[in-house]
Amino acid sequence: MSQGTNTREDISDIIKKWKKVEGSLVMMLHSVQSRLGYVPRWAAMEISKETGIALAKIYEVLTFYSFFKLTKPAKYQINVCIGTACYLKGAPELLKAIEKYTGLKDGQTSEDGKFSVMGLRCIGCCGLAPVISVNGKIHGQLKAGDIKTILDEATKGE
Amino acid sequence: MAKLINDIKEKFNKQYANIDKRIVVCGGTGCIAGGSQQVYEAFQKEYKKRGLPYTVEITDGCREHSTYISKSGCQGFCAQGPLVSVGDIFYTKVKVSDVEEIVEKTVMKGEVIDRLLYVNPTDQKHCKTLKDIPFYQKQHRILLADCGKINPEDINEYIAHGGYEGLAKALEKGQQFVIDEMKTSGLRGRGGAGFPTWLKWDLTRKPQSKVKYMICNGDEGDPGAYMDRSLLEGNPHSVVEGMIIAGFAIGATRGFFYIRAEYPLAIERVQKAIDACYKKGLLGKNILGSGFSYDLEIRFGAGAFVCGEETALITSIEGNRGTPRPKPPFPAVKGLWGKPTSINNVETLANVPYIMTKGGAWYASMGSGKSTGTKVFAMTGKVKNTGLIEVPLGITVKEVVYDIGGGPLHGDKVKAVQTGGPSGGVIDGDHFHMPITYESLQEIGSIMGSGGLIVMDETDCMVDIAKFYLEFCVDESCGKCSPCRIGGYQLLGYLNKITDGTAKEEDLQKIEEIATAMKRASLCALGQTAPNPVLSTLKFFRHEYDEHIKDKRCHTGKCKNLAKFEITDKCVGCGMCKKACPVGAISGEIRQKHSIDQSKCIKCGQCFNTCKLKAIIRG
Repeated sequence: MSQGTNTREDISDIIKKWKKVEGSLVMMLHSVQSRLGYVPRWAAMEISKETGIALAKIYEVLTFYSFFKLTKPAKYQINVCIGTACYLKGAPELLKAIEKYTGLKDGQTSEDGKFSVMGLRCIGCCGLAPVISVNGKIHGQLKAGDIKTILDEATKGE
Repeated sequence: MAKLINDIKEKFNKQYANIDKRIVVCGGTGCIAGGSQQVYEAFQKEYKKRGLPYTVEITDGCREHSTYISKSGCQGFCAQGPLVSVGDIFYTKVKVSDVEEIVEKTVMKGEVIDRLLYVNPTDQKHCKTLKDIPFYQKQHRILLADCGKINPEDINEYIAHGGYEGLAKALEKGQQFVIDEMKTSGLRGRGGAGFPTWLKWDLTRKPQSKVKYMICNGDEGDPGAYMDRSLLEGNPHSVVEGMIIAGFAIGATRGFFYIRAEYPLAIERVQKAIDACYKKGLLGKNILGSGFSYDLEIRFGAGAFVCGEETALITSIEGNRGTPRPKPPFPAVKGLWGKPTSINNVETLANVPYIMTKGGAWYASMGSGKSTGTKVFAMTGKVKNTGLIEVPLGITVKEVVYDIGGGPLHGDKVKAVQTGGPSGGVIDGDHFHMPITYESLQEIGSIMGSGGLIVMDETDCMVDIAKFYLEFCVDESCGKCSPCRIGGYQLLGYLNKITDGTAKEEDLQKIEEIATAMKRASLCALGQTAPNPVLSTLKFFRHEYDEHIKDKRCHTGKCKNLAKFEITDKCVGCGMCKKACPVGAISGEIRQKHSIDQSKCIKCGQCFNTCKLKAIIRG
């Protein structure tokens, strides 16, 4: 996403909205991430400038919570649930199949920014275990053999 | 006070009289993942195409003899989704392509489509309605009763089902009444620790303070548990009502929902519920003319398990890293922004409206001993029926796993049941007759926890499971206190040695020492309970630890470094395994018994999975 005027304005609107609310730093960062997909350094600096919260404190919060991302997300974000139910029903095998397809291990992003692979703690779909999500779309009751079909389908037209 | 509630109820019922039939499409996260949103839209399209009257919302404009096509919250039977019910008839695994047939046959002619019915795996019986399904028969659904029936996004329907009557009653009768009823009910914290809810409220009510806060803990972080998500999605108003009653009881001015950002649908539904309450005068200034003013808002969690601990959660709402602090002072005295605060779990709060309307004595009549009422569990793992269940406390593990869960998934014996997630422990086969209560679970070294119930069979390695949970806690340790930060890391090191085959016998004693230190010295419950899965598996499955350490063997094959694959005489020499082996470790002539070169084998298990004759053994 470009750093155009609109983006800047949106971020400054977000800051304005939350600035006066007590203890809203976490919520502010959530809003920034939902707008940009991650929290870039310039946005963190903007928050610091506008609210007076030290940049170090903002990064303290950003790096504590696993939900916040500091780098631009990949085009196809593959999340693999490794909650207990999914783990027992074969999540490790799914990760292996995904590695075979993308060449990426848990936690890695491809250099061209096409794929990222993340192991997630329970996403609450235990009834469908094992589960992965590709850009938010959930696929359940999978076998390692299903991975290729799902990723082929998701990246169709590339 | 009750008049306003009654008016809404009457109006809704009058409008509802125009509805002839109702189609409910499950809109829980599980079913949505299976495509239920598309099914929901397909029903509307089909009705439009046929020119049949339907509505997706109950309003004044409903035509007579309409069908109400509505979504519901999670119905708990996730593995069979998307779920659709037409009147009483209950269909499973419904696809968009089935919709036309359902409208044609079931809606128009009242015929049942056999193909879409649930087939009970034990007796192959086709179940026409929910009541016919064993999974539902043995349950006692109170909180979940309306999940799956009512439209979670329609406050009027919640009210028509008796909603907000509890609030009206509470406001009318006063704080003391609420606390007395809660005391009679015996309701204890459903987040896991089981602290009496009435006592928590009473302790928060007592301090003199103009500002007090109420917090709903919806930071459901246990892997393998999703009770709170389902309640927030399926019947958000029950939790909102619980929050208002709780706020009234303690004299709060503001309340916060703390919900995981990983649950976007829950956040959306709760926000809608809060907005609807403001519109009806159930939130804001002078609620229902009682003089009580109260505001509710949502704050998001951001993926930190430790934030389920109450002091860490408070720190997080204040906008900081969510690290815990020593207690006392307890939040009831010094909580959010230094003010008296009560923090209750989602399920605890969802119980409150029912206790208000039906009375504490009614609630206390269910359950066993000091563990009253019902509990929602998320049953997953190696069992036939996985899903959300609500059962009276005091039910035995056996009833849950075999009667409701339908027994083991693949015919392998159920080896153990795990409760309490990363803070809990296992229940072994000898204790399956044990009633599930807070006390009984604690006695055998587990905890009630928030309600994850994971069934494990003979193919699961208990050392591997203990390691899985410990890895989770080590990963989630906030790092503030050293017993948890360092202890967890060291403990994991020993477990890794065991699964690698390099551990010595005396390591077990070290494990016990570190675990005890962590339990005694950690700052918060995360560190105090993190060794539980290790200690509890060690208690009941010591032979598996011994097998790893002494025999350097893992009979389940889960611990890759210890696994050994061998080809037996069953082999007919088809060559499938030879083809599957990625490192060329298998040799043999066609139609002759093959063999594995152990020095080349990387223990990937491909051959084991490929062999159709089960001629390859692992262990």
